[in-house]
Amino acid sequence: MSFPWAEQYTPKNPLTQWIDEKLPLPRLVYNAVGAGYPVPRNLNYFWNFGVLAGLALVIQIVTGVIMAMHYGANDLVAFTTVEQTMRDVNAGWLMRYAHANGASFFFIVVYLHIFRGLYFGSYKAPREMVWLLGLVIFLLMMATAFMGYVLPWGQMSYWGAKVITGLFGAIPVVGEPIQTWLLGGFAPGNASLNRFFSLHFLLPFVIAGVIILHIWALHIPGSNNPTGVEVKGPQDTVPFHPYYTAKDGFGAGIFLIAFSILLFFAPNFLGHPDNYIEANPLSTPAHIVPEWYFWPFYAILRAFTVDFLFIPAKLLGVLAMFASILLLFFLPWLDTSPVRSGKYRPTFNKFFWILCLDVVILGWLGGAPAEEPYVMMSQVAAAYYFAHFLIILPLISRFEKPLPLPGSITEAVLAKYGKTDGATVAVPAE
Amino acid sequence: MVRYGAIAVGLFFAGWLFISFLIGAVAYVSEPPVPTVEHEFHEAPKHVSFSFDGPLGKYDQAQLQRGFQVFKEVCSACHSLKFVAFRDLAALGYNEAEVKAIAKQWAIKTPSVDPATGEASTREPVPSDYFPKPFANNVAAAAANNNAIPPDLSLMTKARHHGSAYVYSLITGYQAQPAELLKEFPDSKTPEGLHYNPYFANLNLAMAPPLSADGQVTYGDGTKPTVDQMAQDVAAFLTWTAEPKLENRRRAGLATILFLLIATGLAYMSYQNIWADKKKAAA
Amino acid sequence: MASVEHIDGTGPSGEDGVRRRDFINIAAVSFAGVGAVAVVLPLIDQMNPSADVLALATSPVDLSAIQPGQAIKTTFRSQPLFVRQLTPKEIAEADKVDASTLRDPQTLEERTVDGKKQWLVTMGVCTHLGCVPLGAGEGENRGEYGGYFCPCHGSSYDTAARIRKGPAPKNLEVPKFSFTSDTAILVG
Repeated sequence: MSFPWAEQYTPKNPLTQWIDEKLPLPRLVYNAVGAGYPVPRNLNYFWNFGVLAGLALVIQIVTGVIMAMHYGANDLVAFTTVEQTMRDVNAGWLMRYAHANGASFFFIVVYLHIFRGLYFGSYKAPREMVWLLGLVIFLLMMATAFMGYVLPWGQMSYWGAKVITGLFGAIPVVGEPIQTWLLGGFAPGNASLNRFFSLHFLLPFVIAGVIILHIWALHIPGSNNPTGVEVKGPQDTVPFHPYYTAKDGFGAGIFLIAFSILLFFAPNFLGHPDNYIEANPLSTPAHIVPEWYFWPFYAILRAFTVDFLFIPAKLLGVLAMFASILLLFFLPWLDTSPVRSGKYRPTFNKFFWILCLDVVILGWLGGAPAEEPYVMMSQVAAAYYFAHFLIILPLISRFEKPLPLPGSITEAVLAKYGKTDGATVAVPAE
Repeated sequence: MVRYGAIAVGLFFAGWLFISFLIGAVAYVSEPPVPTVEHEFHEAPKHVSFSFDGPLGKYDQAQLQRGFQVFKEVCSACHSLKFVAFRDLAALGYNEAEVKAIAKQWAIKTPSVDPATGEASTREPVPSDYFPKPFANNVAAAAANNNAIPPDLSLMTKARHHGSAYVYSLITGYQAQPAELLKEFPDSKTPEGLHYNPYFANLNLAMAPPLSADGQVTYGDGTKPTVDQMAQDVAAFLTWTAEPKLENRRRAGLATILFLLIATGLAYMSYQNIWADKKKAAA
Repeated sequence: MASVEHIDGTGPSGEDGVRRRDFINIAAVSFAGVGAVAVVLPLIDQMNPSADVLALATSPVDLSAIQPGQAIKTTFRSQPLFVRQLTPKEIAEADKVDASTLRDPQTLEERTVDGKKQWLVTMGVCTHLGCVPLGAGEGENRGEYGGYFCPCHGSSYDTAARIRKGPAPKNLEVPKFSFTSDTAILVG
């Protein structure tokens, strides 16, 4: 695999040797997330979120499969079966709340994971493929989450389905046939509910498959690290197990505590009350809002209020919303600075934090009602979002003067612990 | 090449957003948005405290029983409670015989089929039945209620922001339309047949004040049935109908979090141990 | 945990630091294991019958319309239930048999309520592989022993619904039931 000094899998007893000969699955695991994977020794807590995202997916699949055992995918009974699961099924309330809040936590850890990648330049060569596959996972997650939210068939489910499929209706000429095709009718109905259920069940397994590719692609260059400096030798790395399994175990504990606080003590905090009202095609909720994790994109969608020549504002909003995600696929080629980590990029650093604030503001505006002054604010915030990725980033990577980089990972670690003054090359201690 | 294209796309989106912002800003200044009557006069729910407030609060069974009595004698004439079954009342502290008697004596009967003729008929509810609906369908409900369909109450306190306080505020919040409102919005006079209530989203509500006088129900436990007390009790009862597993959830949560705190503490110590060599080597 | 402490306390190793570290790692992993087991319990329990299913676990049956010699087929826990009023002749036939010679030895008394020997209440589920036997409906084949006959593999039950011939190992099951009045029973 990645580094020549990686520890080798050497099965000791005859049974494991026999298995290794016939199907070297333990060897694969050993090399992927075991002692056979050398990882930079200086990873900080932001590197926990990849494993935590995996944990969140497992929670979602387990609770989701159970929810499906009690769910009736029919518009006449869907709401009732979810309610009966909450009331009558043993531990049903736990499964339902864990699944609903698990989706939120999945997005929280994935957003932090993406944030980590953006700040420390994990998307740059030679890890472009890791980044691209990660974005594919993100898109699949959004589709899965959206379809899952429709399943309880509450007011927000119904109107969310109507509004989001309506986005496709903005496409000229073919838009309306596409919307009708997506829904299997002229409005959300039993056909839509059934196909969403089917796909909502399928996509998590597709996500799991893409995660395998994501990890595979990661293992070719090996993990990035907070300095962004490449691994130079064995002194720069530690085996994944036990060093990072122990750290991830601790991270998982913190994650589960945070998850439990919300799940057991405020399970409806992130949800919308309107989804406890059964779907009613004759009455629209006062403010249709998606789940919080879509709010930044929803704000961009609604920021376009003026037609551009022959392009209607509605279509512009849809194009911009898709563009806001698709542009991330071009990121490795937009940011050409050879320095990865934002720590050593003073100009990038400032704009990066503005972007973070900007996305938080977009999120807040996406959840706010579509009235002034929120619309004006979201226009400014959305303009910065596009300007940041498409204009500012290419320009800074061209003109910025980075700070001096540490000579190696070990040198950076030693400097942190005050052993050297950090400027000269230190001889590794081990 | 990618970068030139990107800058062009970026300039287009950012530029057009900026122009949209300018157009919007000009409109905002030249024609400021007119405040709506809901904006000005709608009020957030009143502050009211319940035994189940806070992360470790519990239901007060006596209060739930009183609230159930209010529901039975007042609300159930028009509102359904379709996700709750008579058997669920055991959680309020009624024993099996009492639950059976409540079901048997319920004013509304459960739809059934005449075993002899096969025609639609009704029968006395049994504990396993859900609360029967007062109206056969929405058309009947609308026809009997001046075209407004009384919503199902099972989930009402979860279907509104601050639901428990909302139900309490709505019931106790009826009042005459303020004079300033009519002065500022002369067109917003409460229409005939509706009732002004600032806690309702659009201020005018089809439901007449359900609890109009103290002593409307007679409590068995000697609690004084003021309108305020009855409103609190029924709000508590409807909180229970919406979240019957609240106490189980909080108990399980407490145990889970205590366990996780210990486990995470151990995991941290284990993590520090495993890394001790590496940190020693570095320091 | 106790065994781990034991190892920790009395182990042969003289190097205390290493032992203490092992103990913490083992404790952490054990806690994770206990947590995983605790999580699995509700995951298994959710497949048990839910409260609404259990609430339907009793069925009232009205006996007033059942004439001697007649049977009705109703349901109990979503399975067929046979309620039959035996004629004196059928009772005599059932009593005539020496119970100890039967495959599943039981007398009619043991299968009915005291003083209401004519009311035979059984599940309509063949004890072989769970088919519904014939004989409860008017004009159905009651088999050579005049009780019930299962068409799937030819099990014959007598007038006390005891297995007499064929592959079934047991008599038709008598569910728990009680008389709520002279003409009504509550099953379950």
